Amino acid sequence: MAYFIQLAFAGLAQGCIYALVALGFTIIFKSSGVINFAQGEFLLVGAFIASVATFEWGLNFFLAVFIALLITVLIGVLFERFALRYMIGRPAFAIIMITIGLDILLRTGVVMTGKANERPPATPYGIASGVNYGGVHFGENALWTILVTLICCVALYIFFRYTRYGLAMRAAAIDQEAALAMGVNIRLVYALAWGIAAAVATIAGIFLAINVTTFDSTLGSIALFAFPAIILGGLDSIPGAVVGGVVIGLVQLLTQGYESHIANFVGIGFDTITPYLLMIIILLVRPYGLFGTRKVERV
Amino acid sequence: METTQPAVMDSSSPTAEDMLSLQNINTYYGPNHVLRNLTLDVRKGEIVCLLGANAAGKSTTMKTIFGLVKPRSGRILLEGERIDTLGTDAIIKRRLALVPEARRVFSRMSVRENLEMGAYMIPDKAAVLSGIEFVYNLFPRLKERDKQTAGTLSGGEQQMLAMGRALMAQPRLICMDEPSMGLSPILTQTIFDTIQSVRQQGVTVFLVEQNAFMALNIADRGYVLQQGQIVLTDTAKNLLTNDLVRRAYLGG
Ligand SMILES: Nc1ncnc2c1ncn2[C@@H]1O[C@H](COP(=O)(O)OP(=O)(O)OP(=O)(O)O)[C@@H](O)[C@H]1O
Ligand SMILES: [Mg+2]
Repeated sequence: MAYFIQLAFAGLAQGCIYALVALGFTIIFKSSGVINFAQGEFLLVGAFIASVATFEWGLNFFLAVFIALLITVLIGVLFERFALRYMIGRPAFAIIMITIGLDILLRTGVVMTGKANERPPATPYGIASGVNYGGVHFGENALWTILVTLICCVALYIFFRYTRYGLAMRAAAIDQEAALAMGVNIRLVYALAWGIAAAVATIAGIFLAINVTTFDSTLGSIALFAFPAIILGGLDSIPGAVVGGVVIGLVQLLTQGYESHIANFVGIGFDTITPYLLMIIILLVRPYGLFGTRKVERV
Repeated sequence: METTQPAVMDSSSPTAEDMLSLQNINTYYGPNHVLRNLTLDVRKGEIVCLLGANAAGKSTTMKTIFGLVKPRSGRILLEGERIDTLGTDAIIKRRLALVPEARRVFSRMSVRENLEMGAYMIPDKAAVLSGIEFVYNLFPRLKERDKQTAGTLSGGEQQMLAMGRALMAQPRLICMDEPSMGLSPILTQTIFDTIQSVRQQGVTVFLVEQNAFMALNIADRGYVLQQGQIVLTDTAKNLLTNDLVRRAYLGG
């Protein structure tokens, strides 16, 4: 039982990372219809800047995180403003290509600084510290990951439910022209979407980097597991992205922990494909994901 | 470039009483020339209706006024100020409101949130709250459905919501694109009663309607649009007895 709880705890923390990546992805998709293939690279750039800020510039952890957030949000907003905006009305394929371009640009940008093999930012808590309870080790970084993800979700919930700009973003996602007719500035909506996506990805990136203890330019490939999370939750559902992320994290870590116990034919490394297996099964049963909206609405 | 007006045009030039004035508007969708040299005006306090067959360009006229499509030439004045050069948000800020064709309520938002969106340009929170009260008094059925998702409302309730949402902007001029579409005779009557009471509150109304008889009965003046051109304008009373209008829109 302790083993199971240990795995589930690790899965939950891992799932929170996926959830944060998926959140940003879904928010951009909902507000502008753009599928952002560069989402993972925001994790890398965020973690990288935070790392450089603590080790090279000797800054305090929180200041480093703040600067990382600032820069990634700026990158996201500027990319939307100066690249995507000129792509409006172009085929979806072209728009996907340009986000892949951003992905490559960000990754090579990090590599070119020559500091690509980095230690994660120095944390205010010990990387290996944590609490032991009932034979289970609850690592401090994992606890913080879960807590901060929870805070992000609550903050986003409040934003989308109760604030003027949050309502405007939801309205624009439902019916862009009708939202325009209410006076919503769609440029602002896009900028907010990219800003929020970059911010949550940076938070995920920093926790992920701390968790893996050393990271390189492939850190952003974690986004590959956010895709099944998004499909699982339903492409256009924000709660779905969170639930999908957590489920994928749990399933992945549990298979990782038990695959050697089950059967020889499963083999080691099965856990890297379980997220996709799960995605395929869900798509067969529910083509719109767990929370996705079918495009049947009364007009 | 100034062009001569067709003989049927109302000879009035823009005056101080003009709320809205469209002057020689040409609107295109790509190569498709939809509004052809369209000129019309709506004076303060009036109900003006725009009649026309399907695809005549009525909705395009509305979209052009709100900057949702940009005219290729011509001018639009709101109380003398040019608005065709402005973005939609700036136009809404000047207290214009639109009840769009086919309602277009925000389906996955609650009734109240839809109304809040209508007041998007109103910074004063207290004014928004009293606006919601006002709309709920006007349409008590909406009040009962305050928290309900707009997409699950009946067609008539959605139309009330679309109208209430537009009123939330505290408009000087409200533009309605076929507010009675798909409604029962009783609900249509409710909507037309509301339009009249809205005008009573001092709001100017520009109305697009398929239901020409009812529209002309509450309107002061009307325009007839054919293939993007104004072919006739007169007082509503005269239009009701006009041969062209009777044949084309009143079925007799
Ligand atoms: N977004 C668009 N792109 C291209 N063409 C359009 C677009 N919207 C409208 N049109 C065309 O412009 C013409 C006028 O359309 P509009 O919607 O203004 O007509 P309408 O008078 O409102 O008709 P209805 O009574 O059916 O609502 C039509 O021929 C229509 O096909
Ligand atoms: Mg129309």
